Amino acid sequence: MRPLQAHTVLHVEPPIFELGAAGRSGASLPEMDVPEIDPGQEFGVDVLRCEDPLLPEVSELEVIRHYTRLSQWNYSIDEGFYPLGSCTMKYNPRVNEWTARLQGLTDIHPYQNDDQIQGALELMWRLEHALAAVGGFARVTLQPAAGAHGEFTGLKVIRAALSARGERRRKVLVPDSAHGTNPASVAFNGFAPVLLASGEAGILRPQDVEQALEREGADQVAALMVTNPNTLGLFESHIAEIAKILHSAGAMLYMDGANLNAIMGKVRPADTGVDVMHYNLHKTFSTPHGGGGPGAGPVGVTEELARFLPVPVVERRNGRFVLDYDRPDSVGRVRSFMGNFGVLVRAYTYLREMGADGIARATELAVLNANYVRARIEKEYPAQYGGACLHEVVLSDHRIEKETSVTTLDVAKRLIDYGFHPPTIYFPLIVHGALMIEPTETEPLEEVERFCQAMEAIFVEAHEDPELLKHAPHSRGVNRMDEVRAARKPVLRWRPEASDS
Amino acid sequence: MRYLPHTPQDVSTMLDVIGARSIDDLFSSIPRSIRFDGRLDMEPALDEAALVDHLSGLAGKNRALSCSVSFLGAGAYAHVVPTAVDSVISRGEFFTAYTPYQPEVSQGTLQTLFEFQTMVAELMGLDVANASLYDGASACAEAVLMAQRIVARQKQRRKVVVSTGLHPEYLETIRTYLSGMDDLDLVEVGLGPDGTTDLCSVDGALGPEAVCLFVQSPNFFGVVEPLAELGRRAKDVGAVSCCAVSELTSLGLLEPPGRLGFEIVVGDGLGMAGPVSLGGPGVGLIATTERNKRVLPGRLVGRTLDGENRVGYVLTLAAREQHIRREKATSNICSNQSLMAVSLAVHLSLLGRQGFKHLARLNYSKAKYLREKLAERGLLAHPQALIYNEFAVKVPAGDAALVARRIFEEYGVLAGVPLGRFSQEWKDLLLVNVTERHRRRQLDALVEAFDRFPQTSAQ
Amino acid sequence: MSGYPEDLRYTQEHEWARVSGNVVTIGITKYAVEQLGDITYVGLPREGEEITKGDVFGTIESVKAQSDVFSPVSGTVAKINDPLEDNPEYVNDDPYDEGWMIQVEMTDPEDLSDMMDAKAYTEYVAELD
Repeated sequence: MRPLQAHTVLHVEPPIFELGAAGRSGASLPEMDVPEIDPGQEFGVDVLRCEDPLLPEVSELEVIRHYTRLSQWNYSIDEGFYPLGSCTMKYNPRVNEWTARLQGLTDIHPYQNDDQIQGALELMWRLEHALAAVGGFARVTLQPAAGAHGEFTGLKVIRAALSARGERRRKVLVPDSAHGTNPASVAFNGFAPVLLASGEAGILRPQDVEQALEREGADQVAALMVTNPNTLGLFESHIAEIAKILHSAGAMLYMDGANLNAIMGKVRPADTGVDVMHYNLHKTFSTPHGGGGPGAGPVGVTEELARFLPVPVVERRNGRFVLDYDRPDSVGRVRSFMGNFGVLVRAYTYLREMGADGIARATELAVLNANYVRARIEKEYPAQYGGACLHEVVLSDHRIEKETSVTTLDVAKRLIDYGFHPPTIYFPLIVHGALMIEPTETEPLEEVERFCQAMEAIFVEAHEDPELLKHAPHSRGVNRMDEVRAARKPVLRWRPEASDS
Repeated sequence: MRYLPHTPQDVSTMLDVIGARSIDDLFSSIPRSIRFDGRLDMEPALDEAALVDHLSGLAGKNRALSCSVSFLGAGAYAHVVPTAVDSVISRGEFFTAYTPYQPEVSQGTLQTLFEFQTMVAELMGLDVANASLYDGASACAEAVLMAQRIVARQKQRRKVVVSTGLHPEYLETIRTYLSGMDDLDLVEVGLGPDGTTDLCSVDGALGPEAVCLFVQSPNFFGVVEPLAELGRRAKDVGAVSCCAVSELTSLGLLEPPGRLGFEIVVGDGLGMAGPVSLGGPGVGLIATTERNKRVLPGRLVGRTLDGENRVGYVLTLAAREQHIRREKATSNICSNQSLMAVSLAVHLSLLGRQGFKHLARLNYSKAKYLREKLAERGLLAHPQALIYNEFAVKVPAGDAALVARRIFEEYGVLAGVPLGRFSQEWKDLLLVNVTERHRRRQLDALVEAFDRFPQTSAQ
Repeated sequence: MSGYPEDLRYTQEHEWARVSGNVVTIGITKYAVEQLGDITYVGLPREGEEITKGDVFGTIESVKAQSDVFSPVSGTVAKINDPLEDNPEYVNDDPYDEGWMIQVEMTDPEDLSDMMDAKAYTEYVAELD
């Protein structure tokens, strides 16, 4: 394996505000076919905008060229392999983009009467049932806009259910391997997170949960939030027993569905005793990440909790689909309108193409790919926890730390020079110098193998030429950024002149 | 299965390397007792042709706005979005990229978001904006929690004062978020007969225990609020002034809240970043003053230099965020609406300084044209109010939903949003939104429709 | 040269205190600075604010971390080191002098009694590594 030659794209493109010329515009606006009214007639100085916003002054070509150039500085799934643990960067099918742009699915308003948006409601209803089938849940709300929003919503449902029982429990157990969003979502529900240490095998032990309940007060704990498989890529094999312990103490089991790609068709979370789970459509169900969103974080719940879901929900009555707002026990809304509907269309398209066999097979191949990576490179990058992993593998820096002067970060950055996106690094926090690799099922064997060879080549480089790694990447328009400078004297926007530099 | 590349030969090669006999062996950590052995209860898989037919069929069961003349707005304003916008975000480099945590391979998204932050701050009349939130409603809730952080050292402040001029779904979302906060109380202040937030009620509600005063302008009924006055009152009692702008284009005409003393301004780019799409995805916006930047929720992009002093961009001030500060983070938000932020930046670039202003004037003049005609007929709920591009029609016979239905059946025109769906009190109100899309003859046709139905006529 | 001046007193949370009459100057130790890396922001209380021994009075941020700073004494904040707002690097460069954080008029000198002297703190830190 050899690193790529330098990227041959233009690497200098000023902020768009510095392009163009005064008075230029790329707008095509309808004509003023009514008498133009001077707003100054009725708006006083406190109402009328006195200074125009500093928007760019460029033609359409200049806009297209500017953003095309910028786009070329991005790495993307379309360019190559993204072994990002916990992020499930699978291929984003093109037919999903096509269906999501159908006029009948985009040019519709949330306040049209239900009879004018039957197709959209039917799509939501069908998507809800498909997701419910995968998770084994009774109902699913599609409203949350992303995973963390789903966590927030799911915990809100738990809080409402406990209140309905007349209970005021305010603690939520969160394993130390959890995503940062988990404790944050706990806090945003007015709960206090209680950290739970993972057992030696990297998974939760029933006795640890029992002890935590005893320590914190069994009547104080609202829920345990668990990611399954967890962020080490390991299945929480005691989950059913842990669920029983929680339930008998009156607490609930919340599952973070970030890693659902590992178990589709193999185990339905509700069957393991999970009461509430959020899905990440932008991970498991192939909707694009879009450089950080929009996503969708539907929440599935058991029959018992269905009445607490946010309004509205789609119901089917006499063959018609209706939006039901009349749900007195609902937690309320967590955002406006029906959620990120455009994302829901993509996920539904994906699920209909895959079907039950397709998604079960996707899980099998995702797990196969991850184990292949583990088997191929664990000699160089030992896994902290031995044995088979599920959809992702967490490797460590034990050898490179001992044998060389490079760090996990250097390895990750060097991968860029081989044409790969770096894996998730330094997470979970409980693994030293973690490299968290999730290949997903859509990567062919040759690509996964190329990645393993790059990791091997970098391991050799780390011993022979550590300086090369410490200054990697060498093949992009920029190298490592001065993040300290960015945070000490933050420049968060463009301003005219050199007034801010 | 076209998305699954593994041949049987690939699978056996890989199993050999792994040292497993079968794929099933890899799942041995899942106890048999909880394994699912059946086939998931899902509808059958479809090939591309069947899929396209099926989705087209679903799309066909909806009535697209462009098949009618629509005056629906109420937080989801259908503006013209140039085709160039979708062309840019259809580039795989944008839509299939991950969150730009690795700056060396994400400069495209990062610089675009930096430009987006600049544009949003400019529109709002404030110093800084973040890289987006989910939507306008959750942005309101985040703003309230941010206001609480700003006054955190004053423990007596626990009252969140919110005008009922906020979009009902924004207000409801704030209510949902606050229901989990034991140390915050929500106090709602109503509107006066002129459609603006009642200043006496504001005075009654504000005091040394107020965290913030939250208003929307133009408010839910399309009425421009006396922001300078409201901002001053918040300031007088040391409360944080917050304003929502659900119709972004209004900022081409109206003085931005930031210039009128508001400390936090939120909004939604829905309808400008892309089609209204049943209300999502849009893009939640939040801007604030330089002083408050460290308590902003969500991601921020900052400019810096690389190892060779080349200008570049990074996600910065990350110590505010959940992946570092966990339960003490300024928000739990991780994914935002990045691609829609790119979209909005592209659209605003195309419009430019002149275009944005002219767009606002088109909306304003066309709305005024229609409103004057309905005013002559005595149909306005708030005849004295200042409006931008939306206003409430009061149906004398009392059932706005019925009128809307009749007008739709007869003319194929969606005359407005009947507000009875939000509150029985508003049963006689129809919220009418006019944008640059509307032609004069369509405005005239709506007037004619109102004239045709006796129950809508004041005479 | 231990990096821990003899005239200061230290806490287990790595704050130092310089006592002059009933005025106590407080900052964080070289050990804490090394653990945090490049400091990007220092959040301080306002002058005149009451603080309590053991409570958080400030925050320190680096690129990848955020830590609370605890007060070793109770009292009133008499002065804060304003320049840190724009120059957080002072804490990295000179933690005991230019990088001081606050001055407190303490209410009870007894508060200082459980703090360590330089020798004890040096030993304490050695055990942490």
